[in-house]
Amino acid sequence: MAQKMTLNVNGHRQTISVDDPNMPLLYALRDDLGLNNPRFGCGLGQCGACTVHIDGVPTRSCSLPVSAVGRGKITTLHGLGNRQKPHPLQTAWIEEQVNQCGYCINGWMMEGAALLKRNPKPTESQVRETFSDLICRCGSHNAAVRAVLRAAKQA
Amino acid sequence: METRDLSRRTFLSSTGAFVIGLASHDVYAQAAKPSPLSPNNPKLSADQLDAYLSIDKNGRVDVFYGAIDGGQGLETSIAQMVAEQLDVPLSSVRMIMGDTRRTLNMGGASGAQGVSRRGISLMKAAALARQILVEEAAIKLRVNSTDLIVHDGVISQRNNSVKRITYAQIIGGKSFQTNVRWNGQWGNPHDITTDAPLKNYKEYKIIGQSPKRPDLAKKVFGEQDFPGDVRLPGMLHARMIRPPVAGAVPVNVDEQSIQHIAGARIVHIKDFLAVVAPREWNAIRALRDLKIEWSQSEPNFPTHKEVHAHIRKAKVTQRTIERENGKLEEGLAKATRVISGEYEYPTHSHASMGPGCAVADVRADGATIYTSTQKPHYAADGIADILNIPRESVHVIWMFGTGSYGRNDQGDATADAAVLSKALGKPVRVQWMREESLGWDPKGTASVNFCQAGIDEKGDIIAYELISRGFSRENVATNEGRASATLAGQLLGAKLEPKNTFNIPFASYTFAHNRVGWETVGPLMERASPLRSTHLRDPYGPPILFGSECFMDELAVAVNMDPVDFRLRYLTHPRDKEAVRLAAEKAGWQKRVSPRRDLDSSSDIVEGRGIAYRRHFDTFIALIAEVRVHRKTGVVEPTHLICAHDVGLIINPETLRHVIERQLVYGTGRTTVEELTWDRNMVTSLDWDSYPVLHMQHVPPRITIHLMERPEAAPSGAAEMALGLVPAAMGNAVFDATGVRLRKIPFTPDYVKATLAV
Repeated sequence: MAQKMTLNVNGHRQTISVDDPNMPLLYALRDDLGLNNPRFGCGLGQCGACTVHIDGVPTRSCSLPVSAVGRGKITTLHGLGNRQKPHPLQTAWIEEQVNQCGYCINGWMMEGAALLKRNPKPTESQVRETFSDLICRCGSHNAAVRAVLRAAKQA
Repeated sequence: METRDLSRRTFLSSTGAFVIGLASHDVYAQAAKPSPLSPNNPKLSADQLDAYLSIDKNGRVDVFYGAIDGGQGLETSIAQMVAEQLDVPLSSVRMIMGDTRRTLNMGGASGAQGVSRRGISLMKAAALARQILVEEAAIKLRVNSTDLIVHDGVISQRNNSVKRITYAQIIGGKSFQTNVRWNGQWGNPHDITTDAPLKNYKEYKIIGQSPKRPDLAKKVFGEQDFPGDVRLPGMLHARMIRPPVAGAVPVNVDEQSIQHIAGARIVHIKDFLAVVAPREWNAIRALRDLKIEWSQSEPNFPTHKEVHAHIRKAKVTQRTIERENGKLEEGLAKATRVISGEYEYPTHSHASMGPGCAVADVRADGATIYTSTQKPHYAADGIADILNIPRESVHVIWMFGTGSYGRNDQGDATADAAVLSKALGKPVRVQWMREESLGWDPKGTASVNFCQAGIDEKGDIIAYELISRGFSRENVATNEGRASATLAGQLLGAKLEPKNTFNIPFASYTFAHNRVGWETVGPLMERASPLRSTHLRDPYGPPILFGSECFMDELAVAVNMDPVDFRLRYLTHPRDKEAVRLAAEKAGWQKRVSPRRDLDSSSDIVEGRGIAYRRHFDTFIALIAEVRVHRKTGVVEPTHLICAHDVGLIINPETLRHVIERQLVYGTGRTTVEELTWDRNMVTSLDWDSYPVLHMQHVPPRITIHLMERPEAAPSGAAEMALGLVPAAMGNAVFDATGVRLRKIPFTPDYVKATLAV
């Protein structure tokens, strides 16, 4: 039976109708709310392409049932900043021209932004450690590290 | 002032088009002949300038690029080439890419030839457009055309800017109706020529700059849509059902088993089986819950561990000697020493970050397809073939997608979506799952390199042989242009059309007696195979260069030479030699005969360096890898990669550095961790644990790239050339550090540890 759920996404409360509470959050964001930022990469929590923040914590939305989100505040890449008010990491990411295809970008940017929040001046090895569980098939790893260090320097 | 016969011009104001019949363009006057029409859009003629670019009333230049940008900056680089020749601001150029209604079939990403082939073609079109516009301005302004200059799309008289006219004022919104000479080819070989001269490189202002990519900012702000983001009214979500054993087909499908899932339906046509539902999650639930009885299938594959033994003993289906000089057997007979080496390369999945995904809307009056396949025009051909509908009724809209480095699973997913949409009469979005993407994408297949060489009493290499043997690179075609080339087509009964295709990278090493060639063995399964082979990024680079460039090091050791000196002795092309010299100089290369003998043999951690060289088209590259080997664990850690890179004219230096750095990282993964596994029945690499890929911990932390300035040489490609050198450079470095030769990719800790222990 379909049930109503309210999600707090990028500062807006939105109500959706869900017929399986075990549906991962990813599909609610993409299919019910039309937010294309989080992407399907593996559905197994292994790659990071579906990453969003829930109350500031990077979370793999492909593996979290929508019913488990509760009142958690969800932030997607789009909610991190925009062209008018970019997040410092977004600015640095463009400066460093980090990605090629960019399919993985949510994992890297959302993990990177969370790192900068808890540790505004991370060392290179701390950045590498933060990114250790993410996949990028274009080989943008080092560029992503440079972007976080650049954002940290400019903050 | 020059006089002109204006009566030869016909202005077609009502249609917004005008014809220019100036004497200088008479060579193009072929109007009486029927135009060669694009099969995917009869309105586009490949011998018309209008098929390549247009200028609107606001001066915006649309460039019709009939191929794609895999996220490697071609959109910007080719726009720079066009802007340069046209003398317009880069910001006024918009690239229309891979849309089969608006572009001609210029092929795929294919061999990183976006700049070197298609960019050059479009640059020639731009130069012709500029020439026509300047001549037209000369008439309108009543000045000699040689007295005109162009700046930012404004044509003015030198030293008299009052006499001026813009491109937009001359042509804005109208067509050129001017012929170009087309070579009659579609796809990668497509090219045009004109009589308009290109600028001398010394005049370049936009080429050589590093403007940033527009797609990158869109991706960073979450604005860039991929095919999977297309949502059409009434669209259904689909999941394909693949058999647990390769070759099995559905015999019985239990509709009851998914009855509890809202809106879920089965599509079963011949051996093609899928589930669809209005909600994506319900399609996934249906995929999981559907009960199917499969036919018996016993593929009895040699496993991934046995595949090289299989290649060694399997019947050779084709043998081709690509290059030969002297008489190899005579050379070997004369030699005082003959040494040989064998090298094994594994099977790789494309393993794209995003599994195949496409949206199709097939209606009675035509099909609209949203895809990120790297060959959209061929996808249109293939969909027309599968659906049995006219080619021109298929409109393929290419979109940026997940890294498409070769023929990955995007094209197969696209064909699936088209079949489903036609069957259901509704728009359908197909998303492959992770296990499907690794299990069922077309593969880059395994091979074995057999190398031998004869050395005379003076220590000269007088005979050399390299034979690479493996599966054809075309069990299925390198594009989806025919039903037989996609899983969907095969499951619907299209007969396979395998070809024996293989290739050996060119090298300018010269030996008195030399033979270089390849041999193919037959496919492991004849139909709808999870191990079907096709092009994977740099299809012939890593597998063959791993053998040939490691063997060069073996030869250097055999004749007591430093590996750099040894290469310089036998390379004959000056650009090869310069790349090798520069890499060595920048790496601070210390001459020695490998392995190094200054290390404490009891120490656990040892370091070494190795070099590898290649030429790919007219790109000349040398790569030096510095590695650290942990003897106890077998971990091989690349600490620094140093690359000397000569691509000819550099269009966008920063983009060039980006693509080189990223492919070296990717190439490290192909060298150290990636290997597809399978058992007797099916692929067993089905997630990111069982198909390991490079993680941050194993990325070379330092990569230094030295771009060689060669602006007078034509630009060659860059997007895959360097990656093929990683396996050999690292293998040679491990030998330098340990004295042990690695003969098998990937360099996993287990393999390295076992080899060191021997």
